[in-house]
Amino acid sequence: MEEYFASGHTACAGCGMPITVRHALNVLGKDVIVVNATSCLEIVSSAYPRSAWGVPYIHSLFENSGAIAAGAVASLRVQGNDHTKVVVFAGDGSTYDIGFGVLSGMLERNDDVLYICYDNEAYMNTGNQRSGSTPFGAATTTSPAGKVNHGKMQWKKPIAEIIAAHQIPYVATASIGYMADFESKVRKAKDMKGARFILTLAPCVTGWNYDSSKTIELAKLAVDTGLWMLYEIEDGKFKLSLRPQQFKPVADYLKMQARFKHLSEEQIKTIQEHMNKAWAEMK
Amino acid sequence: MKLAIANPRTSKENKTGDWRSFKPIVHTENCIKCGTCASYCPEGCISGVDKKNIQEREFPKIDYDYCKGCGICANECPKKTIEMVQEEK
Repeated sequence: MEEYFASGHTACAGCGMPITVRHALNVLGKDVIVVNATSCLEIVSSAYPRSAWGVPYIHSLFENSGAIAAGAVASLRVQGNDHTKVVVFAGDGSTYDIGFGVLSGMLERNDDVLYICYDNEAYMNTGNQRSGSTPFGAATTTSPAGKVNHGKMQWKKPIAEIIAAHQIPYVATASIGYMADFESKVRKAKDMKGARFILTLAPCVTGWNYDSSKTIELAKLAVDTGLWMLYEIEDGKFKLSLRPQQFKPVADYLKMQARFKHLSEEQIKTIQEHMNKAWAEMK
Repeated sequence: MKLAIANPRTSKENKTGDWRSFKPIVHTENCIKCGTCASYCPEGCISGVDKKNIQEREFPKIDYDYCKGCGICANECPKKTIEMVQEEK
């Protein structure tokens, strides 16, 4: 198998992000240009003078990967190249927060870009600061758990829904715990035209604070508890990819991670109820 | 003009295997060559079992130059045939 993302990258042991990138690139093949917003991925893959990439790679700032990708694809098309895919890999920090304005512009113009966000639910590269993606109750260095607050006091930003509101051809959520589902979504998005967005849950060993062998187990559990919904919105049509036969209690997922260890039974109940309500609203 | 651009896959010069404190050992007698270990390896350093055609597959071969010892392969193996053993000097 050809290597588009090589060994020797310096992600932490057990990191979910290189698993995401490796599988996405295996599906996309070599005829791609990768644009990578500032993130863990950039740091671990491109420390000069070495590179883990086996495909053309552009590092952008936190805030402008959407614009760089739009420019790259415009340049390709004006040169008569209508086959090379431009794909963005970005973390939740740049997607939910810092690069959101520029991403929104890319979506509104419907630029021919596949945008893949690997979501590890905080600014992990700088040592775990809360982002718009950090879930309710998670302790980070900027949303610490103490006497007054129990970690982050706000709910996670519903980014996939916000992106779907731009009426782009394809929006999907995925998890590396359900790899075949993630790969099939990348395969589908690959051959579509216009702006496409895939949000993938990619657990972070150091930020979520769990044993490094449990990355895939957690990514699966997030789906099986119902906390992370798998769906696609294709041309405005919503389709659930998976409805767990029997939901596992959210506590199973929360108690495996030290970022949630301070939560009381009552707070866990609040999370469970919030999730039950989200599923009840689904038809 | 010399450009300061890194060459493809030069990350392979980083032998990240020396980060490891636990080493995965594959006990091949129970291995069904399903490829789960290779698929989920964050380092992409398990070969042999990653071929599409199951007939062409060999038992998993772990490249210890890069394996960081995270233990995902052992945790996900459906046959529980990978053992994590403490590294010794």
